[in-house]
Amino acid sequence: MPWWLKFRKRRALERDLLEEIAFHRAMRARDAKASITGIPPFGNETRIKEEMRDMWSFVPIETAWRDACYGLRGLWRNPGFTIVAVLTLAIGIGANTAVFSVVDGILIKPLPYPDADRLVGVWQTAPALGGGAFNCSPSMYFTYREASQTFQYVGLAATGGATVTGLGEPEQARNMNTTYGTLQALGVQPVIGRLFTEADDTPGGTNPDPVIISYGYWQSHFGGDTSILGRGMTVDSTLRQIVGVMPAGFRFLNVEPELITTARFDRSRVYIGNFYLQGIARLKPGVTLTQANADMQRVIEIWKNSWPPPPGRAAVDWQVKPALRPLKQDVVGDTGNALWVLMGTISMVLLIACANVANLLLVRTQSRQQELAVRAALGASRRRIAAALFIESVLLSLIGGAAGVALAYAGLRLLVRIGPENLPRLNELAIDLPTLGFAFCASLFSGLLFSLLPVLKGAGSRMATALRGIGRTSSQSKERHRASNVLVVTQMALALVLLISSGLMIRTFQALRNVSPGFTKPESIQIFRLWMPFSQVPDPAQVARTQVAIREKLAAIPGVTAVAFSNTVPLDGRTSWDPVWAEDKVYPAGQAPPARTYRFVSPGFFAASGTKLVVGRDITWAEFNDRTPVALVSENMARELWGTAAAALGKRIHEPGPKPTWREIVGVIEDVRNGGVQFKPPSIVYFPAVMENGYGNPLYVQRPVAYTIRTGRAGTQSFLAEARAAVWSVDSNLPVFLVSTMKDLYDQSLAPTSFTLVMLAIAGTMALLLGVVGIYGVMSYAVSQRTREMGIRLALGAEPGQLKRMFVGNGLVLAGAGVVIGLVAAAGLTRLMKSLLFGVSTLDPVIYITMAAVLVAAAVIASYLPARRASRIDPTEALRLE
Amino acid sequence: MPKQRGTGELVQGTLEMLILRTLARGAMHGYAIAVAIESRSEDVLRVEEGSLYPALHRMELAGMLSSEWRTSETNRRAKFYKLTATGRKQLAAQSTNWNRLVLAIARVMEG
Repeated sequence: MPWWLKFRKRRALERDLLEEIAFHRAMRARDAKASITGIPPFGNETRIKEEMRDMWSFVPIETAWRDACYGLRGLWRNPGFTIVAVLTLAIGIGANTAVFSVVDGILIKPLPYPDADRLVGVWQTAPALGGGAFNCSPSMYFTYREASQTFQYVGLAATGGATVTGLGEPEQARNMNTTYGTLQALGVQPVIGRLFTEADDTPGGTNPDPVIISYGYWQSHFGGDTSILGRGMTVDSTLRQIVGVMPAGFRFLNVEPELITTARFDRSRVYIGNFYLQGIARLKPGVTLTQANADMQRVIEIWKNSWPPPPGRAAVDWQVKPALRPLKQDVVGDTGNALWVLMGTISMVLLIACANVANLLLVRTQSRQQELAVRAALGASRRRIAAALFIESVLLSLIGGAAGVALAYAGLRLLVRIGPENLPRLNELAIDLPTLGFAFCASLFSGLLFSLLPVLKGAGSRMATALRGIGRTSSQSKERHRASNVLVVTQMALALVLLISSGLMIRTFQALRNVSPGFTKPESIQIFRLWMPFSQVPDPAQVARTQVAIREKLAAIPGVTAVAFSNTVPLDGRTSWDPVWAEDKVYPAGQAPPARTYRFVSPGFFAASGTKLVVGRDITWAEFNDRTPVALVSENMARELWGTAAAALGKRIHEPGPKPTWREIVGVIEDVRNGGVQFKPPSIVYFPAVMENGYGNPLYVQRPVAYTIRTGRAGTQSFLAEARAAVWSVDSNLPVFLVSTMKDLYDQSLAPTSFTLVMLAIAGTMALLLGVVGIYGVMSYAVSQRTREMGIRLALGAEPGQLKRMFVGNGLVLAGAGVVIGLVAAAGLTRLMKSLLFGVSTLDPVIYITMAAVLVAAAVIASYLPARRASRIDPTEALRLE
Repeated sequence: MPKQRGTGELVQGTLEMLILRTLARGAMHGYAIAVAIESRSEDVLRVEEGSLYPALHRMELAGMLSSEWRTSETNRRAKFYKLTATGRKQLAAQSTNWNRLVLAIARVMEG
């Protein structure tokens, strides 16, 4: 019988036993009457009962249960203590639970695909590109699929916008353009219909191009009609056939695509280059990442020799190396570091909370000293008393933990609602079983932790001393003071570490705001994108004419001061790079010059974005229209190649191509933080958005372009409506998409920092508050315990000011010790957050001194209040006390 | 537990066997068991209540006995114990053991 059943049945059994014994006695009595010997004695009834009880019960559980009931009653009788302790714990455990669920949901939990640990992101590195990982090119798809021995499936995909026409107004939908293999690798199944097949991604097949739609798109555009399979849909001017519907919530990395279209590469036209596709592969079972990378090294050698160089370019050995990595890394990105730092800081808050509760408990244990002594005198062993105190503490921490889970739930709801841009997988966050388990363990752990000191003190108290202490001669034991002082110093030190780390984040944020990003007044720069697909506008000259015409219409909108178009804008995450050859430099045969970021701009781009011209001039409209071979370079590039910005003027450069045209540098542009405010500005070369003999094309134009419009009306609905009307007055088939202001892009690039800053600031504030409460509590308790001593001192002629100074001095000593330890700890620990910092050293003296001062000031205030009370003691009252 | 005091006290562990043997004849309440053991042993073996009831409960917990409340011959409610299959098996095992032990001791004593 399991113990809990025995436990439940025990009452009934005891009744049974009594009746059984009674019956036995009655029978014996009846028989005895007939005999001469009289009633024989029954055995020791109590002993029997006890023996039975032991048999039928589970003693440790029972004892624990009794202790728990007793503890609960004790907590109930002391509502003040209980509420403060529970609240403190709820904040500490709640904050930790919330952050844990974020860390677990984002970093620990596997991606929501079957056997997600076998999914890898396929990346490559090449020394010429500075070691950063780059994506796959179409030619890789063929070689990887055919030659790899470690991939079960491999596919390439790119996400972006696609224009859907024929369902009302032209509409932009989030599109995932993928080869066969990507969806198979992810292991998702469609709700209805099918995924792509290998035949689907071969161009020139007899089937119409297939398209798979998302569950949401299916619901919103087709009302969940199951008969849509086989129906046609015009995507990017191509008629496509709907072949399947993805399950609800399907995500590719961090994108929720509405449409999935096939990428069809023509084997005879792909080449080495054009690395714009995210590769995804599923490893065969049992294959490790190392094995897969080794195999990929071999595959890349095959790839290198299988495909021609880009049209019109000489073969260059880029020395490509494989860099497979877990797909989770692609999804989570670099939020990992910030989250771990956050988890660390928030656990310090819990430690501080525990220290506070431990202090409260110490006070409580002290006042219960006599009760404990009585229990000990009545025969309770030290272990029993310790167990009782432990159980009471754990009870307290479990209540606090339950309240904390409620807090964490509310906090998570808030977080998901705010939805910080830089937090991936937010939709997967929930208070689930692992999170609850964590909360439970955190509660248990804190319960054991904060009861450690009181238990050692309480259970170890000497009976005789404690019992004697009932009289009025008692004075506070030095030991208890030492214990609570240690706690306060620990709290101060921990709080200082947190304050310093949040201070460092504040400095980082300031430093980032102070960096000149390479554009001005981002809030009045409106950006939107247009795309002219080849199928819609085949003639490049027509593309250029349309782009210029749209520019003129936009410039005519009231309030617009400058308009320009370019293939990319700063901070938009789109970069293209290629080597740049300079006329006056000599390059060893077979070796390409370093790659630079390329941007193709119309005249007026720098005026619109507010990027300063360092020397020279912008491209003129005359040059633009005549296709004059001119170019601009960034200041850092000019300095790198020619020493000074001015020396670059008149030099000639060219892009890759069969018979490249030398293009003259007419101006040098200030550096732009193209990839994010916190990253070093890349060296950029600017070419006109229309080039004769560009990359070997007779007329090289930019089909997707971004318009940069400087206007005070940026971001308003009325302006956007006018801008759209302006575009459609030129070509009514062009959708306007990815509308944002430069400010949005700028804020997005600061988002990881501001998120970390806000979270650390919250943790720091909590730590400071808890620390102050802690020092205040210890000081007030000291004052209340030493009332009589104060009375004597005052009676003997001590000045109230002297007493105040004494208490504040005590507080200062504690705070000072905490500050010293905290400074040392911070110097060591802040090194862990180095990657989150920008423009500030982890040992920034200003922050260290300021935060230490803040802490000391808080400590002085916290100890002044009780000290003032001490100085106002009336000596006669104090001496009459008790 | 049976106490080892004076003659007529039960050898430790034999009480269980005696109870099993007694109950092999049919369901009985505690008092009847005690009386049965005493009379069958011609009053040589006395069963102490302090040992009997804990033993009965222990055996019930171990699954050797089952019990139910029934009306006794005196029209009072009494708890009747009876052997379970496990108890029966236990009895067989313990008797064999006991017989072997007694024989062995007898041989030694005769020798």
